[in-house]
Amino acid sequence: MSGVHIAPPELQPASFSFTPENMALAKQHIAKYPEGRQQSAVMPLLDIAQRQHDNWVPQAAIRHIAELLGMAPIRVLEVASFYTMYNLAPVGKHFVQVCTTTPCWLRGSDKVLSACKKHLGVGPGETTADGQFTVIEVECLGACVNAPMLQLGDDFYEDLDEESTGRILEALKRGETPKPGPQNGRLSSEPKGGVTTLTTFAAAGGGSDD
Amino acid sequence: MLQDKDRIFTNLYGHQSWRLEGARKRGDWDGTRDLILKGQDWIIEEMKKSGLRGRGGAGFPTGLKWSFMPKQSDGRPSYLVVNADEGEPGTCKDRDMMRHDPHKLVEGCLLAGFAMRAVAAYIYIRGEFYREAENLQAAIDEAYAAGLIGKNACGSGYDFDVFVHRGAGAYICGEETALIESLEGKKGQPRLKPPFPANMGVWGCPTTVNNVESIAVVPTILRRSGEWFAGIGRPNNTGTKVFCISGHVNNPCNVEEEMGIPLKELIEKHAGGVRGGWDNLLAVIPGGSSVPLLPKAICDDVLMDFDSLRAQKSGLGTAAVIVMDKSTDIVRAIARLSKFYKHESCGQCTPCREGTGWMWRVMERLVQGRAEKREIDMLLEVTTQVEGHTICALGDAAAWPIQGLIRHFRGEIERRIDAYHGGQPVLPAAAE
Repeated sequence: MSGVHIAPPELQPASFSFTPENMALAKQHIAKYPEGRQQSAVMPLLDIAQRQHDNWVPQAAIRHIAELLGMAPIRVLEVASFYTMYNLAPVGKHFVQVCTTTPCWLRGSDKVLSACKKHLGVGPGETTADGQFTVIEVECLGACVNAPMLQLGDDFYEDLDEESTGRILEALKRGETPKPGPQNGRLSSEPKGGVTTLTTFAAAGGGSDD
Repeated sequence: MLQDKDRIFTNLYGHQSWRLEGARKRGDWDGTRDLILKGQDWIIEEMKKSGLRGRGGAGFPTGLKWSFMPKQSDGRPSYLVVNADEGEPGTCKDRDMMRHDPHKLVEGCLLAGFAMRAVAAYIYIRGEFYREAENLQAAIDEAYAAGLIGKNACGSGYDFDVFVHRGAGAYICGEETALIESLEGKKGQPRLKPPFPANMGVWGCPTTVNNVESIAVVPTILRRSGEWFAGIGRPNNTGTKVFCISGHVNNPCNVEEEMGIPLKELIEKHAGGVRGGWDNLLAVIPGGSSVPLLPKAICDDVLMDFDSLRAQKSGLGTAAVIVMDKSTDIVRAIARLSKFYKHESCGQCTPCREGTGWMWRVMERLVQGRAEKREIDMLLEVTTQVEGHTICALGDAAAWPIQGLIRHFRGEIERRIDAYHGGQPVLPAAAE
């Protein structure tokens, strides 16, 4: 897997523990797995820790999770450093993940990156001086028929071009939350300009509940 | 062409509600209890009759796979694990099923799980699909509340649980044994087989791993019969299939079509055609990034199914069709895939760990023409040293796109080398 960056000691908090709400959530996850197999919950617990701690997992959280699950801390770190979604060092408040794998590249992901550079002044792997934005290149995020795309937090922004990418970034700078999903007027993965199948179902409508 | 009445994923695009009430209107959860009461043997026989081949890429017959599970427990519980770690570049079909039609998957879990005598299903969904996991979990919660799963599921007397497990960003976890390791709370590194998961899978228990689409089509097949499904497509390549059409087409989209539809018809009918017209086509990767590309001459009349694409030394894979028109820097397009495989190699097997990086570095030089012609054959030789020499298929997947490129575009690679050594510009206009 890719190189892993662990925050230096001066950035590491001395201690970490789950909030009562998150501890309850952690226990719900542990209960999903058979008796004695609580190690299976290490991934959800790392995710909870990251959400609690400004989108990165400090070493103290690794120790906390290890203790909760009865694992050696190195086994937890081994998992945390294997999967790319766990940040082991601080990232910007807005974590901009731009997909550049071939299907997105064919549709212009270079321009999405250049829009990031233009509007934020940073390139892949860099964080703005005010700590607001981190931009990284990521591998295929699985929205290829809505390429090019990027992920912000838990949401996908799809069917991008230079202009719509800039619009999204400027909205974030103003403290707004731009609307996720396709940015070119599509509902989801249907052909733009009209469906070629499911015509009766599309006409029935009814909304997508969210 | 497939008609709407024979489409399974009638809410593929999310035009209607994905919730239980909407799903019921589309026919989901209709008579599920009766299907269960027909028994395990009937379900597996019906699945075998349907001819369904696994939709995750390998195309192994689904009914046959289920029949490997123990019929008598030796004390260990059995598990169904659903592979929703969709990450093969070009592929985004399972995403739509989970966010727009999650009840098909949940009902499929119950029926498939019952057929293989499993006590629970674990759906391993890639971590980036956060919103999709939310919808899926909401559908599961609805199903529990309605008594459709859990104790005495659908009033059938069968107890069955369904859980969601989110991944965290690792392509390799789409490999079934890496997925099992990951589900156990470890690094996602593939296991040697045997033992096969049906004997010793997650937590040392009998396990079957199936793709989302393979499971989500089960309820409809059982309601409409295996014969119905087998009547669509061609022998050994039956049924409907959700295709993902990306790249240089006018209207990229997902669409459910008949297996064996001609590639050209698929692109022209649903994706609005190749940008600039069919004659502007350069090449297509027909089944996700792992399968070798096909030049236009083959695309003209190839059929989209397992056997037709295999005959052209490519594959149906995940049915993710990546279209590249004549503006494409084809060497760079494949080099980018080499970078992907280098990034995603788990590092366990030396040929893959070292080979993917080596192949990528050579590919980057070939993009610029900064190489000797003899290195093309050397690269080809290295791909064969990686292919088949690793625990899992990631090594093969890294080798095949390069082999396809050299097979069909050796002339373009040589042209760049000549241009570079002759001091001429190497690169055509960049693609976008």
